[in-house]
Amino acid sequence: MFLGAVLSDFAYAQSYQIQWTNFASWLIAGGLVFAGLALLCAAIDLVRAERRGGRVLLYTLLLLATWVLGLVNALIHGKDAWASMPAGLVLSIIVAFLVIALTWLGFAGIRVGGAR
Amino acid sequence: MRPSAILSAAIVWTLLGACGGGDIDPAQAGPAPQLPDPQRGLLPGMTIANPAPWDGRQPTVPQGYTISAIATDLKIPRQTLILPNGDILVAEGRGGDDAPSLKPKDVIAGYIKSKGTTSVESGNRLTLLRDGDADGRYEQRTVFAENLNAPYGLALVNGGLYVANQDALVRFDYRTGQTRASGPPVEVTDLPSAINHHWTKALAASPDGRYLYVGIGSNSNITERGMAAEVDRAMVWVVEARTGMHKPYATGLRNPTALAIQPGTGQLWAVVNERDELGPNLVPDYLTAVREGGFYGWPYSYWGQHVDQRVRPQDPQQVAAAIVPDYALGAHVAALGLAFSTPAMGAEFADGAFVGEHGSWNREQPAGYKVVFVPFRNGRPAGPPVDFVTGFLSDDGKTRGRPVGVTVDPRGALIVSDDLSNTVWRVIPE
Repeated sequence: MFLGAVLSDFAYAQSYQIQWTNFASWLIAGGLVFAGLALLCAAIDLVRAERRGGRVLLYTLLLLATWVLGLVNALIHGKDAWASMPAGLVLSIIVAFLVIALTWLGFAGIRVGGAR
Repeated sequence: MRPSAILSAAIVWTLLGACGGGDIDPAQAGPAPQLPDPQRGLLPGMTIANPAPWDGRQPTVPQGYTISAIATDLKIPRQTLILPNGDILVAEGRGGDDAPSLKPKDVIAGYIKSKGTTSVESGNRLTLLRDGDADGRYEQRTVFAENLNAPYGLALVNGGLYVANQDALVRFDYRTGQTRASGPPVEVTDLPSAINHHWTKALAASPDGRYLYVGIGSNSNITERGMAAEVDRAMVWVVEARTGMHKPYATGLRNPTALAIQPGTGQLWAVVNERDELGPNLVPDYLTAVREGGFYGWPYSYWGQHVDQRVRPQDPQQVAAAIVPDYALGAHVAALGLAFSTPAMGAEFADGAFVGEHGSWNREQPAGYKVVFVPFRNGRPAGPPVDFVTGFLSDDGKTRGRPVGVTVDPRGALIVSDDLSNTVWRVIPE
């Protein structure tokens, strides 16, 4: 969803069509919901993990940072019309990059777990 | 933990910064207001009215004047009209229900702002108030017309009572002394009503009664519903009374919420609500003579040539053509009422215009929430505004009323509608 927000922001920046920034706003809101769920799971994981630290801690902190940046991005997208630009697009790109990194980190973790 | 701690600290700081300083009122009234640079934190500065009942209290008026409530328990009174026999017509209602929420922000902001307004249902009617024995108490109250659609602007000219609903201009035939309309109204013309973000349709009639002027607000704060939504918006129409034919009279007026004809000159004046979310001291709402064919800036610029960066695509040609309004009333005061005075109002308030200020939301320190008097000399505003009715926002932080329409009774009274306590107030010289 955060990736979709980047594309929508980009479309708005190119076309000035308001609907794209509306799309981006809702995609970010949706992204925050799911990232929030993931954050909850990661936090539980962190508490229950046998060996704390390392990858799980890194994952949780990175997810927290992503969520917080996503929230800031949502507030920036709450500004009217072009007031959300260019900060909105830049933040969307950063958040999407973080999400990709997190996904990679998450799946890498599973493989490690499977090999155990 | 360190990076996230820094991050959250940064966010708290930014949020506080957004709400913090800069609210102090600069000299913002008059022909040349000080305009600060635009500012907007992550959250807009907001203070929403905290409603409370009057409970025997009253608004404050200048020495030598008294105020009384002449009608209570109305259904959202907005504008009023004094009829030739002294009866008062009150337009009641609320419109704009069709404006959809486009962003998560709209859902949240809509809920917050609704806390500062009345929860009474829209009246969609005209109520007539009569003081049969001229003792200042309006003992007779009848429903003059009902089943209207958020009526707002009112005008009586050449035996026609014109009512600007949120979607159409309609006419009743009126005979002096009527307490009820003799039939359903005739439609003069449709008015732009798609979305209807700023739904109020202000109304004034030319002195000869041939033309009507209709104020039509923009469909957004600053084009965030898209340019296509702004066709036929943010302008004053001139409508031929006989045929209903219409054309734009002046454009770029973001939300012209009240129109009035200046006695003597016949010149059309308007109060206009300017854009939000540029900081507590931008952009001043204003009072201006409306020039035929004039462009007043919205959305591309404000107060003349101050470009609004939130609008894309921009239009430098339009910006260059934008007229600087005549008189700033202050940012976010939300002027909704306008009436020219008469000598019967007393020497100090004889020459000038009364302005009803509904009050701010986009500001930490509330502004408006009162009726001011703008003194005129030689037909032009001269001097700072004078408080005329205050006390709607009291020291305990509660808001007991919010002024909307103001009307001058030629016999010497100011009629003020209050759409929070659903009251009509009457101020008279002692």
